[in-house]
Amino acid sequence: MSVVSSLPGRRGADMLRRAWDSDIAYSFRQSKVTMVAAAVTLVYFVFALFAPWIAPHDPYDLSSVSLMDSFMPPVWEEGGDPRFLLGSDDQGRGILSTIIYGSRISLAVGFASVIFAAVLGVTLGLIAGYAGGAVDAFIMRVAEVQLSFPAILIALLIDGVARGVLGNEAQGDIAYFVIILSIGLSFWVQYARTVRGSCMVEKNKEYVQAARVIGVRPALVVFRHVLPNVLGPVLVIATITLALAIITEATLSFLGVGVPPTSPSLGTMIRIGNDFLFSGEWWITIFPGVALAVLVLAVNLLGDWLRDALNPKLR
Amino acid sequence: MNETTTFADSAGATARPRGNRPVLEVEKLRVEFPTRKGTLRAVDDISFHIDEGEVLGVVGESGAGKSMTGTAIIGLLEPPGRIAGGEVRLEGERIDNLPYEKMRRYRGARIGMVFQDPLTSLNPLYTVGFHLTETIRTHSDLSEKQARQRALDLLSEVGIPAPERRIDQYPHQFSGGMRQRVVVALALCANPRLIIADEPTTALDVSIQAQIIRLLQRLCREHGASVMLITHDMGVIAETADRVAVMYAGRIAEVGPVQEVVKNAQHPYTEGLMGAIPTIGGTHEDLVQIKGSMPRLTQIPSGCAFHPRCPKAFDRCRRERPELMPAGRSEAACWLHDPAEKGRRRGNG
Amino acid sequence: MIAFIVRRLLQSLVVMLVVALLAFSMFRFIGDPVNQMVGVDTTEEVRENLRERLGLNDPVSVQFGRFVVNAAQLDFGISYQHKKEVSNLLAERAPATLELAFLSAIFALIVGVPMGVYTGLHRDSWLSKVFLTVSLVGISLPTFLIGILMIFIFSVWLGWLPSFGRGEVVDLGFWSTGLLTVSGWQAAIMPSITLGLFQMTLIMRLVRAEMLEVLRTDYVKFARARGLPNRAVHFGHALKNTLVPVITITGLQLGSIIAFAIITETVFQWPGMGLMFLQAIQTVDIPIMAAYLILIAFIFVVINLIVDILYYVVDPRLRIDRATAAGH
Repeated sequence: MSVVSSLPGRRGADMLRRAWDSDIAYSFRQSKVTMVAAAVTLVYFVFALFAPWIAPHDPYDLSSVSLMDSFMPPVWEEGGDPRFLLGSDDQGRGILSTIIYGSRISLAVGFASVIFAAVLGVTLGLIAGYAGGAVDAFIMRVAEVQLSFPAILIALLIDGVARGVLGNEAQGDIAYFVIILSIGLSFWVQYARTVRGSCMVEKNKEYVQAARVIGVRPALVVFRHVLPNVLGPVLVIATITLALAIITEATLSFLGVGVPPTSPSLGTMIRIGNDFLFSGEWWITIFPGVALAVLVLAVNLLGDWLRDALNPKLR
Repeated sequence: MNETTTFADSAGATARPRGNRPVLEVEKLRVEFPTRKGTLRAVDDISFHIDEGEVLGVVGESGAGKSMTGTAIIGLLEPPGRIAGGEVRLEGERIDNLPYEKMRRYRGARIGMVFQDPLTSLNPLYTVGFHLTETIRTHSDLSEKQARQRALDLLSEVGIPAPERRIDQYPHQFSGGMRQRVVVALALCANPRLIIADEPTTALDVSIQAQIIRLLQRLCREHGASVMLITHDMGVIAETADRVAVMYAGRIAEVGPVQEVVKNAQHPYTEGLMGAIPTIGGTHEDLVQIKGSMPRLTQIPSGCAFHPRCPKAFDRCRRERPELMPAGRSEAACWLHDPAEKGRRRGNG
Repeated sequence: MIAFIVRRLLQSLVVMLVVALLAFSMFRFIGDPVNQMVGVDTTEEVRENLRERLGLNDPVSVQFGRFVVNAAQLDFGISYQHKKEVSNLLAERAPATLELAFLSAIFALIVGVPMGVYTGLHRDSWLSKVFLTVSLVGISLPTFLIGILMIFIFSVWLGWLPSFGRGEVVDLGFWSTGLLTVSGWQAAIMPSITLGLFQMTLIMRLVRAEMLEVLRTDYVKFARARGLPNRAVHFGHALKNTLVPVITITGLQLGSIIAFAIITETVFQWPGMGLMFLQAIQTVDIPIMAAYLILIAFIFVVINLIVDILYYVVDPRLRIDRATAAGH
């Protein structure tokens, strides 16, 4: 661009244009599927953030729920009630409202677990990669053993242990921490491996030796260089593990060991609805199921696209 | 043998006013890669020929389009790369537009290829013998047993000691040089008329390079195969080739007999290239460096692609692209050799 | 070869000991086993007696030793919930889970590998795109949701297949199989597809990625340059090279299939170990949890070992490398 300009506004526009022309933005614009996925994810985020303003009812507010309204079919079926667009469940909660509030919980738990896993994984990866030797061997061996066990099993075990320690009654808020902990602990390995690899490459570069000579702490230098390098891969892993974390939370809740039933996530709703599948009240389970599947699919599509866009070798 | 008859059949098709009939003719070949930033032209309208039994060296910096030319000739361009124009003729028969299956039968049987890296050219999961018999049986109807015998013969022909023992070993049990010998045997095992050797020695130790080159040269002579030797090593070319084509930015800058090109370069780029070769007895200061670097395919200059780096460039070089024209005993794509230009200069000077 | 196997065996042993330690700590530190066994009104004296008899007053290392020895003899104690030997409980339930896992793995392989090869070879064909889309949906749908949807369609709606249980089971003494009766097969269809779908998409994507990678290698280019027919290039040279990672992942997946069976068994009320494990978690039935953990770990270790040996058979490079490495 040869246009000479000193106006800051113009420069901002230039930056925007450069971002628009970048390879990532280009591949984003090229892929309609990705755009749709991004839009869908955005809708979920907005719904989750503004659930109280968007949802027709507050399903947790017992005063607004009446057993009289239970088992209403969706509005287009015979006997449907316009107040319950997608029908209602066994306690008279509107399915649409519970889906909106449920997505909020699913997303919140998913995000918290991913952040926990990322912080833990990146830290351990840095330590392993920089320290090397026995520390590295220990961390990576643990990672290896854990990696050979499926995440869901680890989450189940941690959950089971927590129940044992805290007693079955210790539900409520602690249940959230337990589930975030158990999901987070089962996904840290990938972050650690990526960061460790990058760290080991940087560690042996000459500028690190140079830093040591001039008295800068080499660890600091390595971290400062490794972190920007691993940002891309970590973002990709985070997106993919977000989808996995949402699935894991839903699965745990479906199995009855997840979030407390008083504030149902999508998985809890599917579990509740599953009991009524045979008596004809299919909407209680199918709608939350579809909502969950669409959310995970959208996040997965974003993750897939991100991985390909940041890794031109794969194209 | 079989080849002689094919040879005679195609004799009428090739009409070239030369004593030697060309095995390969390439005419205005153009290779393009569509990308999102526009179409890249990796090989741009190049023409050359290789005569029977001749070794044609192709030199140039990396990215000059040497390998791309070789890959295009044997029909193995990776999509989205494609031949966008021109013709390739093998013994007079046009081969650039053949259906996949027909061209597939020619590969190995009429055109062989040797790649740069012997370490990765062989499938690590199969024995050397499997590679050989597989290729032999693809191109002939020998039995498994006959093919194995032929494989043993080939192995000893390329100088692998104790072939009976070695034939059942895996590639990783061979050294780099030995592996490249196997690769040469594989390229030759169906007696092709032309071998395209793409940097056959670059990945090898210097001490082994000469052996492999000499082996390639000897075998091709014995089997009557012509060679297109792609390399960036002028030394190898000077030792091996009969003629040499110098490529720059997807075009041929100069082509001529090897001694001529080395000692009496006609194109400024070739001059620079030869100046960059260290000689015994020469001093450090004698080494010439061409200023700048080869342009990227996205930004090939107008006119002669070399003009921004050329010490002798003048106005016309920037505007018009020179075709190959006679220059000394070679041909060069340089306006300095245009008769009109020469006349004008003489007139001015 | 033998040295290599011995080394792997030793490594496996270490892993098993670590897992045993985990399981033991669950026993030792979560809740009081004595409380689980006796009533609330039991006197402290009786409790102390029981404690002594169970060896809970011995040093921790002695207790751990005893735990390992018992576990090695398949003695995991008595379930708090069922009041029966855990090993017997597991033995009763194991055939159901193993049959389910086996059928799913077969399904995943015979569908996943051809789909992966096809999508790797024909990157841009519309069928590949369909396969890839299906696989993405398969990855995005949680296992339990697939099960529920299948029940909804094939049991509730169409009424074709049973929605729960194993169907009619034939007892062979040590093994009870559902594979000898029509109803057993009918009952197994939906659970095994549900369980295998995720692995299938995984295998498909893996084979595809490996194929794309291998098709770019020099030896495949050279194979083409030698004029080999596509069949030989694709299957002889490319596919065989993708097998090494595919074997690894598939093998390792076999373990996770058994673990994932927890979910499928819950959805389909399949009377296997997973269902029992889940109930154990909900009731904090530590002996069953510990035994299941050790069992799963054991299966993983064995599978890992087999995968390593298979590796060795497929890839000739390892035979040399490993042999010389072990020789030192």
